[in-house]
Amino acid sequence: MSKAREAKAAKIRQLMETEGDAVGTSTRGFNEGRYESVQSLDDYEGLKSEARAIKEDAIERLPELIDQLRETVESNGGTLYIADDAADANRYVREVCEDKEAERVVKSKSMTSEEIEVNEDLEAADIDVVETDLGEWVLQVADESPSHIVAPAIHKSRDAIADLFNETFEPDEPLETAEELTMFAREQLGDLIEGADVGMTGANFITADTGTMALVTSEGNARKTAVVPDTHVAVAGVEKVIPTVEDLRPFVELIGKSGTGQDITSYISLLTPPVESPTVDFDAPDTPLSETETDRDFHLVLIDNGRFDMREDDQLRETLYCIRCSACSNVCANFQHVGGHAFGGETYSGGIGTGWEAGVEGLDSAAEFNDLCTGCSRCTTACPVEIDIPWINTVVRDRVNRGEVSELDWLVEGLTPDEEPGGVSLQKRFFGNFETAAKVGSFFAPVSNWAAGLGVSRDLMERFLGIDARRELPEFQRETLKDWFESRTSRVDDPVRTAVLYPDVYTNHVQVERGKAAVRALEALGVDVVVPDVRSSGRAPLSQGMIATAEDHAHDVYAGLAEHIDDGRDIVVIEPSDLAMFQSEYEKFLPEKSFERISEASYEVMEYVFGLLDNGADADALSAGAGEEIAYHSHCQQRTLGLEGHTEAVLSDLGYDVATSDVECCGMAGSFGYKSEYYELSVDVGSELRGQFQTDENRDRTVVASGTSCLEQLDSLLSRPTQHPIQLVAPRR
Amino acid sequence: MSTGTVATFEDSLERLEVGWTHASPDGLADVLEEHCPEPAVGVELPYDGVDLPDWVNTDPTPADLRGANAGVTAAGLGIADYGSVVVQGTPDGIEPVSLFGDLHIAVLRRSDIVPGMPEAFDWLGEEFRTGHSSAIIATGPSATADMGALVKGAHGPKDVHVVILDE
Ligand code: SF4
Repeated sequence: MSKAREAKAAKIRQLMETEGDAVGTSTRGFNEGRYESVQSLDDYEGLKSEARAIKEDAIERLPELIDQLRETVESNGGTLYIADDAADANRYVREVCEDKEAERVVKSKSMTSEEIEVNEDLEAADIDVVETDLGEWVLQVADESPSHIVAPAIHKSRDAIADLFNETFEPDEPLETAEELTMFAREQLGDLIEGADVGMTGANFITADTGTMALVTSEGNARKTAVVPDTHVAVAGVEKVIPTVEDLRPFVELIGKSGTGQDITSYISLLTPPVESPTVDFDAPDTPLSETETDRDFHLVLIDNGRFDMREDDQLRETLYCIRCSACSNVCANFQHVGGHAFGGETYSGGIGTGWEAGVEGLDSAAEFNDLCTGCSRCTTACPVEIDIPWINTVVRDRVNRGEVSELDWLVEGLTPDEEPGGVSLQKRFFGNFETAAKVGSFFAPVSNWAAGLGVSRDLMERFLGIDARRELPEFQRETLKDWFESRTSRVDDPVRTAVLYPDVYTNHVQVERGKAAVRALEALGVDVVVPDVRSSGRAPLSQGMIATAEDHAHDVYAGLAEHIDDGRDIVVIEPSDLAMFQSEYEKFLPEKSFERISEASYEVMEYVFGLLDNGADADALSAGAGEEIAYHSHCQQRTLGLEGHTEAVLSDLGYDVATSDVECCGMAGSFGYKSEYYELSVDVGSELRGQFQTDENRDRTVVASGTSCLEQLDSLLSRPTQHPIQLVAPRR
Repeated sequence: MSTGTVATFEDSLERLEVGWTHASPDGLADVLEEHCPEPAVGVELPYDGVDLPDWVNTDPTPADLRGANAGVTAAGLGIADYGSVVVQGTPDGIEPVSLFGDLHIAVLRRSDIVPGMPEAFDWLGEEFRTGHSSAIIATGPSATADMGALVKGAHGPKDVHVVILDE
């Protein structure tokens, strides 16, 4: 393995061992909480669209809203400052503190303040900064960085925190329980807040109409921070401005549910500073609040730091709609196993972290963890503002590719049939052009399989392509699905429909049997099938961030299928990730009409079978289950498209006894599990699926899965054979 | 307010493990006697003919706040779907009084309970444009899970009790 790959693998391995369990338990808890909590909403989808529409509009009108906000803040008696970058923001905050002769600033958790590293700046000016959010405070004491945007100390177990507190503070009685630790922190921080000179908060939202800021917390520290000292400084990204108080409503309903799975967090503070509440001056403990002179001072610092450029960037703009709820991190299988210390950059982590890092820190920081997004799309339905997070990751990947120019580029260019400039790594080029490899592989099979399997070639593959030697390679078939199909004649006399079976690369070259099964099943149900010569969907290059190549594929695929669609034929797709291309990513590549046509004409194969049976096709033509026990794993993109149920329904109707895994991910996601730097992580993620399929109840069940990568992962994790559900139900001959 | 909305509010409070009691204006003192430990601080209620009993300190100092076991304040609104109460910041100190004690007792008029967030935000929008400058939508006690398990009372009250005034 190359040094860089080895180093990355080692870091991931170490985080899986030390932080993985704590991160996994909490994020999975949050995620399950979300499923439950959003059910209580009458119209979850509608609320999400409403939230998105508000953000779209707000970012569109941002300069105008900021002008309005400036007026309201100033007429309320506060000050608004727009900071260009971190240094500018820090200078402003420092000057406010120096004006007040502040010795201590208490701070309530804010990612934006992490982004500008204001603590370091203030401390350099001899001003004490105390984080009052309990999780943030733990990290401050431990001198560590956050690993999650909502629960910063998620990677630390109770025991680790107890050790930390006992060593640092040496309490009379060692602290042990969560209750003891919390009360200890509450007391320590309570004292520190009482003597603070300035309170600093972030802001989740700020309304332009009234200058009201919303702070979402559960602990109450933001309330104390904002109300006890007489000076309040709020720092927030410019993207936090929304038009009106009423616009807060969908976010208030969505943010807690999406993040930690609470219906609502304990406190939503809606403050229009300077607030009317009296300051609480603990230096004059016996002066009634009613006699305290309250002369409050408020500064709102809105930070650009790359955001106005993101607003002009057609691909990164959506990132600004993000409300930092963390749903995309919590739902992400890789994040669940490594957490934000691997899946994060300078400040931001998790799904949308790449977009933020690319926008505010630059591509270098984003590049470090961008590969950990496998594009599984599970986060897209979790996001309360409907951001296509995998697309942003793909765009950043593409830009990173284009930024890295290596000395060997002259060698690579011309050897690979793609549309990419120099700089794309050999590994990415190989996986991105897998169609070519597959063609060659089938042509030379079985010699190619034998050669590829030899120790020496595995060694070279690992060294130059980063393909992990522990992963079994796909076996190319000499006779492709197309070859087989062309050598036979159709057997349907009076077809009910005509369908194109889309020959994805794997079905055509490797998993040929499932292709044949699909043909048999469809024909048995009265469908006339054709298998045309169409290019691969572009999923492979897309996953590698090779967008130009993927787009090229999209045009070719559409050209190859257009006449069939015009002719009223249905497009039946076996591989869910290819179907997902047709039904989502192609929207970015094709003219609107073309996208609509292909997306409307295409079906997942079991969905199609379901439809045929539903329309009266004779189920007896298929292989009945007679109670056979099946363990079924759906596919991430198939679930996002809402198609998991069709397979289950067909299998049950045919008399199979189906147990479906509720594990969200197989851990493989296409090329990801082949790459030596990620192999171990992919196995670790997959171990949950293996666990489910090896319980007493499931151990003897026949294993079926819908996706190629899921099948491969299951194949290597279990010692049982696996197959696609269509192979189960197709007539044996 | 319809009985249905009040019942939903009560269900939500139940789910949050927040206690509640109905009281008539005259009966408030008795209810507080039962539910509010001393020493207690409070803020005079803005409801006609409803006064806090003398033993609730309505002119607290910072030292009183720190020593109080309970804080009694009015709440401007109850939100039935969530069991939330809206606590408005006022110059006489509703915000600190509701925040520092281990128990917050929120006194709410039955007619101020609304079904859900849409109604609450219509009301809040009006309030912010014409009157109060701040409000907290408070749902249950302060809480944190940062120390490895859910603990109530991270920085704010550990318990909340709602008194519904039936006029
Ligand atoms: S991208 Fe969406 S899901 Fe992720 S943190 Fe932002 S708002 Fe939440």
